[in-house]
Amino acid sequence: MQDNILEIKNLSKYFGGLAAVSNCSLKVKQGTITGIIGPNGSGKTTLFNLISGNLKSSTGNVLFNNKDITDVPSYELFSKGLLRTFQIAHEFTNLSVLENLMMVPGNQSGEKLMNALLKPGLVAKEESQIKEKAMEVVDFLNLSHLKNELAGNLSGGQKKLLELGRTMMVDAKLVLLDEVGAGVNRTLLKDLGTAIEKLNKEKGYTFCMIEHDMDFIGRLCDPVIVMAEGSVLFEGSVEDAKKDERVIESYLGRGSKLKDD
Amino acid sequence: MDFLNALILLLNYIFVPALAYGSQLAIGAIFVTLIYGILRFANFATGDMMSFGTMIAILFTWHFQSIGLTLGFLPTALLAIPFAILIMGSYMLIIDKFVFKYYRLNKSPPVQLAMVSIGVMFVTQAVVRIIIGPSDRRFFDGEKFLIKASEFKDITGLNEGLAIKSTQVITIVVTIILVSILFWFLNKTKTGKSMRAYSDNEDLALLSGIDPKKIVIITWMIAAILATIGGVLYGLDKSFKPFTYFNNMLPIFAAAIVGGIGNPFGAFLGGYVIAFSEILLTYAYKKFFMYVLPESMEPDGLIQLLSTDYKFAVSFSILVIVLLYRPSGIFKGKIL
Repeated sequence: MQDNILEIKNLSKYFGGLAAVSNCSLKVKQGTITGIIGPNGSGKTTLFNLISGNLKSSTGNVLFNNKDITDVPSYELFSKGLLRTFQIAHEFTNLSVLENLMMVPGNQSGEKLMNALLKPGLVAKEESQIKEKAMEVVDFLNLSHLKNELAGNLSGGQKKLLELGRTMMVDAKLVLLDEVGAGVNRTLLKDLGTAIEKLNKEKGYTFCMIEHDMDFIGRLCDPVIVMAEGSVLFEGSVEDAKKDERVIESYLGRGSKLKDD
Repeated sequence: MDFLNALILLLNYIFVPALAYGSQLAIGAIFVTLIYGILRFANFATGDMMSFGTMIAILFTWHFQSIGLTLGFLPTALLAIPFAILIMGSYMLIIDKFVFKYYRLNKSPPVQLAMVSIGVMFVTQAVVRIIIGPSDRRFFDGEKFLIKASEFKDITGLNEGLAIKSTQVITIVVTIILVSILFWFLNKTKTGKSMRAYSDNEDLALLSGIDPKKIVIITWMIAAILATIGGVLYGLDKSFKPFTYFNNMLPIFAAAIVGGIGNPFGAFLGGYVIAFSEILLTYAYKKFFMYVLPESMEPDGLIQLLSTDYKFAVSFSILVIVLLYRPSGIFKGKIL
């Protein structure tokens, strides 16, 4: 019996009169890689913003490990193990790639000014451990030649990798990936997929990912949730989703058929 | 000989004063730029916050003087600075808690926060005037000159003297120490890096587990240090008058914007750019040309490009030119 790591109950978000997410309810099971697909403007990213505390919901609840986290600010969710990446990559432009990764693990001793001044040894030790970890991540993502480059100078795809890298710096429980594959070349995309699977199997991360690439979804995700107009349209396996009339209609318009390869 | 005299003249009336004045502006500009970069609004209360910190330092100075506690040849005010910083910091945190916090949590647009800071400016200005009054106060004690113009003339045998006031040296030394510590803090410590990260990308910083409450408190504390020290140095070098401090906001903002607002190093350099431009443009060059030109070509007028009354016009013009042609400043800062 799998537990629900994330449960969303009747969540809504209005921007003025527009309901970006309306009465949306869904569950993500522990240990899965759940895909979220849907046409543009169907509220996928808004949903992520609501879960991760970047936006305040209008109505409804979000439960994470059966605890209510509705409207909990994002920096507190981080310590609970809920992380996310952004559709348009976010990075600290003025810090190097390595520093960007090293920024992630919270509660370092060096963050306390007193420690930085009085216990440089402790801080240095921790720093070197984090640095080692960051180096591993950088190697894994094939970014080691860019580790001292300012993150602002990376290409769009490289920034996406850095986004994924951030989630690898801590022991996350649930990671929300917002189009992590978009703008990444095919070869790297395969590696990304492998990385996600590995994190899922070996470290027990649960993933919830928004994606448009059906091949990528098909390879990784089970189940998939299809969203349309701010609420859930369909939930089930990828194969079923591709056959579902309502999904085809909302995704590709009436009368067309989704390619089945 | 004439050439040396001309050089000493420039050193005495332009270089040394501009270096000291520039340091004072630089500290204020870093204050503006930090608040802009991290709390994301233009703080119009800058000048009056500096005047508040200076007022507290003056009150402590008077107290120390009354109990006979002095620093010998150094001004007593230096002893008062740490106490003034503590009170200034509390004042800023109280203002933040009761005023700025509300707008920050509601994610108000920067313009609204800037307007709110004008309110804070009026209140702070009023508090200062109630406590210490609007008139000119001098609180300098200790040795006034490091080198007197007459001594310099005796030693070198030149016509022109070079007078170096101890406040000028104190200003420059304190600025160098303060700015070095600040840049070390921002670039090397974890807290400093999280502050830069927060300034760079707030959403991402929050998702990385950086606690915004801590960042805000540290930012105001650093602001209190900068405001108090900057204000006291200016007051020691010239004099303390609430209205002058309010007026200084213009060159300080100009310095922050010239350097690229949001960029502390830019603000630091911006301070000197503004100070040197103000003094170079308002100095009367008559004596200088008398030394360097042959007698037949001696000038009749003062050869002053602008009257000193118009020194604010200089910073204002620089501000307008920078905003028109390079709104991101010398170093790339956030565009206003």
